[in-house]
Amino acid sequence: MARIEIDGIEKRFGRTPVLRGIDLDVRAGEFLSLVGPSGCGKSTLLRIIAGLTREDRGTIRLAGASVDQLPARDRDFAMVFQNYALYPHLTVAENIAVPLVMRRLTAAQRLPFVGRHLAGSRAARAAIEADVTRVAETLGITKLAHRRPGELSGGQRQRVALGRAMVRRPKAFLMDEPLSNLDAKLRVEMRAEIASLHHRLETTFVYVTHDQAEAMTMSDRIAVMMDGTILQIGTPDEVYADPDTLSVAEFVGSPKINVIAADADLATALGLDIGRVPDPQGLRLAFRAEAVELVEAAGAQLSGSIVHLENFGSDLMVHVATATATAPLLVRRDPHDPRPRIGETWGLSIRPDRLLAFDKAGRRLRSVVGGRA
Amino acid sequence: MSRLPKLPRGLSVASVLRNAALIALAAVTLAPFVWMVATSLKAPDEILTRDFHLWPHRFWAAENYASAFAAVPLGRYLLNGVVVTATILALQLLIAVPAAFALSKSEFRGRRLLFGAVLFGLLVPYHAIAVPLFVGLHALGLLDTYAALVTPFAISVFGIFLMRQFFQGIPGELVDAARMDGMSELAIVWRVMVPAAGPAISAFAIFSVVAHWNDYFWPLVAVSSDTLFTPPLGVVAFRNDDAGTSYGPLMAAATVIVLPLVAAFLLAQRRFLEGIAFAGFK
Amino acid sequence: MTEMSRSAALPRQPVETERVRRPHEERAAWRLVAPAAMLIILILALPMAAVVALSLTDYQLGAEAWRFVGAANYADLAADPVFWRSIVNTVVYVVEVVAGSTALGLATALMLQGSSILAPVWRTVFFLPVMASLIAMAIVWEFMLHPTFGLVNGMLGLVGIAPVNWLQNSATALPALAVIGIWQQFGFAMVLFLAGLSGIPQALYDAAEMDGAPSAWSRFRLVTWPLLAPVTLFVVVISTIRSFQVFDTVHALTKGGPNKATEVLLYTMYAEGFEFFRTGRAAAIAVLFVAAMLVLTLTKVVVVEKRIHLK
Repeated sequence: MARIEIDGIEKRFGRTPVLRGIDLDVRAGEFLSLVGPSGCGKSTLLRIIAGLTREDRGTIRLAGASVDQLPARDRDFAMVFQNYALYPHLTVAENIAVPLVMRRLTAAQRLPFVGRHLAGSRAARAAIEADVTRVAETLGITKLAHRRPGELSGGQRQRVALGRAMVRRPKAFLMDEPLSNLDAKLRVEMRAEIASLHHRLETTFVYVTHDQAEAMTMSDRIAVMMDGTILQIGTPDEVYADPDTLSVAEFVGSPKINVIAADADLATALGLDIGRVPDPQGLRLAFRAEAVELVEAAGAQLSGSIVHLENFGSDLMVHVATATATAPLLVRRDPHDPRPRIGETWGLSIRPDRLLAFDKAGRRLRSVVGGRA
Repeated sequence: MSRLPKLPRGLSVASVLRNAALIALAAVTLAPFVWMVATSLKAPDEILTRDFHLWPHRFWAAENYASAFAAVPLGRYLLNGVVVTATILALQLLIAVPAAFALSKSEFRGRRLLFGAVLFGLLVPYHAIAVPLFVGLHALGLLDTYAALVTPFAISVFGIFLMRQFFQGIPGELVDAARMDGMSELAIVWRVMVPAAGPAISAFAIFSVVAHWNDYFWPLVAVSSDTLFTPPLGVVAFRNDDAGTSYGPLMAAATVIVLPLVAAFLLAQRRFLEGIAFAGFK
Repeated sequence: MTEMSRSAALPRQPVETERVRRPHEERAAWRLVAPAAMLIILILALPMAAVVALSLTDYQLGAEAWRFVGAANYADLAADPVFWRSIVNTVVYVVEVVAGSTALGLATALMLQGSSILAPVWRTVFFLPVMASLIAMAIVWEFMLHPTFGLVNGMLGLVGIAPVNWLQNSATALPALAVIGIWQQFGFAMVLFLAGLSGIPQALYDAAEMDGAPSAWSRFRLVTWPLLAPVTLFVVVISTIRSFQVFDTVHALTKGGPNKATEVLLYTMYAEGFEFFRTGRAAAIAVLFVAAMLVLTLTKVVVVEKRIHLK
């Protein structure tokens, strides 16, 4: 368990900048997710932390000491790869044992046939075997111990990859989209398992994903990355409810946040202090589906006709086409409430304390909305 | 040992050693080619000497190459080589492609038997059946003709096998769609499958041309007339005639014979390497 | 029409398990395969049967009469020291060339992997001998190995080694041919190894790095070697098959000599069949040759299967 400080990391591939000065402080023992669309540089950042890719500029400190000069094998991190990267010719047990074999046995002891009989080899190998068995039990893959990766399902391979990472006590776990190759149901199951693994091990986790739902459900904190920079770092609640930029607001949360371009009249009607908006021309307002209600059309600030209903059982998503927004706005409604019908015209009432305002460049305008300080 | 200095790539001890090894190996690999060309440019007194130098003191290329072409009909040999290699390839493709298509995309009685014969044919190198082929051609009075050079290779079971493997990977829907569009089976082969099979055909063509341009065993057996010699036979005949003294013209002749394939390879390296790897793994 | 009614009269139960055969499709397919099928029979199957039959006769090309002699040709071969010499020489040559070209091919492939922008240049250089006409290059080698004016002795002379008459000395002739064989083949092995190496996912090397593999050698042992094993086996088998057919260099440079030192199987067969016209005896050698190739090629098939299964 260790703190990882990332300071001014820059990286280019050829002439393309991939990371443009990343600062990030991963606290000891926390579960931090790097989330962002593909190509945002999150995996590159993880590989730089791991030591598999070398940064062009900047410093990584582990528990206060710089590790820039350390090769990956000496940084004492464990990594779970997107495609699991299991050794296809080794059995499950042998795969899990590799990190221990490499670290606990000498080069001579690792030799085939001969190594087994060298001094100390027997005891060390027995200890390794015991550790492997323990990990396999924890992950419920004892029965698979003698199979090869080719004979396993995706979920089982995932567990073996986790086992290989867990078998020694690394300073941190680095995970590169570990669930992206699983089917939807298994992915949800494994989310819970990885989260509980984190609680049990109390080790630092850095978790890369493009799936904001994964990041939201598992993390202590989320770093939202786009285009080689970190846009916002915060708890899942913070980035969801209090985004710094429109990009973050739009990336986080499902369904996607509603965005409307607001003229001065509408903005005032919604309770904004328009006088404090520097450039009212580019003003955009955003609100979540659960922060808006259907009301009588007459006298409403906004109104539109219902174009589509999505029934999730737990929620009903009402799609309302309005004159102000190009895409229909989404309104969450309790399915047990009286149902509106497609084609009807309804008004929308937005909770003022949940209204987010952004300027032309997409930066958050905090002071103009009445609800929040 | 864990603290490595930040060295720019390509300057470490390991990479210096690696490049040294590669340079040494490349020198040995290229030596025969370099020596062949260098010798073909030298005058006789520079060749039959123990004073080894790469670049000729007196430039003797014109004399050597002229005497190579004068001593034996080198042009005729090259032409024979082109005619024989091209005929073999054309026959092999004409016969193998439709068969491979039928084997992979049609149902017919005897399909398994035919494919079994193809697989068995893969196991038999032609050297082994050279004796009966020779006897047969002798009986037909075809020895020492172009037909003798070409006939044994008109069918390439390797070609059928390679094409069939490739056609297996082309979706059956494509063929069914063409059938629905009213194409005949033969039209499907040449209009649909052949264009799709470009990589397999070029791999096979390279394989076949290299094999038959360089083949020595069968031409040696099949023909005895000077006018039918293929390049490999020609260069050996030249060597034997001149009793191994005029190395300048001999190396000139060797250069001329090696050049076509080497030039083709240098011009289309990727295609050659991919083709050879592709054909090799099937 | 007649075919239609005939197939309609057939019992109907196989329809469930196999596709219904449609007569017009059947005819069309046969038109496509007929030339191939005929030629397979004429220039593969019949000669194959003939070679077995001939090996049981005392037929000599051009002779009027011949008779069935049973296994006499085989018995003669078994009693012939030259034939045994030929087998031993072939095996020695094969072992040397296979070991040499496989090791060299793997070494160059590893050196080229992940190497600089020069990699394609090196690859081209090492592959050049595979393309070049072996017979022409054999003549160049003969000149380079010339006892007095050859480059090889000249170079060795620089470091004080006395000239050797490589191809006329029974101790050095076969090894010299093996060196030519290795020179000609290792580029081919290299290309196959490069293809194999490119199939190893980078993630496995990353994983090895994270798992603490301390040296390039340990990463080679953990990842490269085991993942390359099927390719290696394949390269060994395919170069065995190729070097088993050694003929060009022997015929052009040594004619099996000196003193049978380079007598190899295919050359022996050639001499028996096409120089002495002892057709029956040559056929017997051919049968043994095919038997050996059969074993080797079946190994190759098994290896290829295994390679596919590991993927």
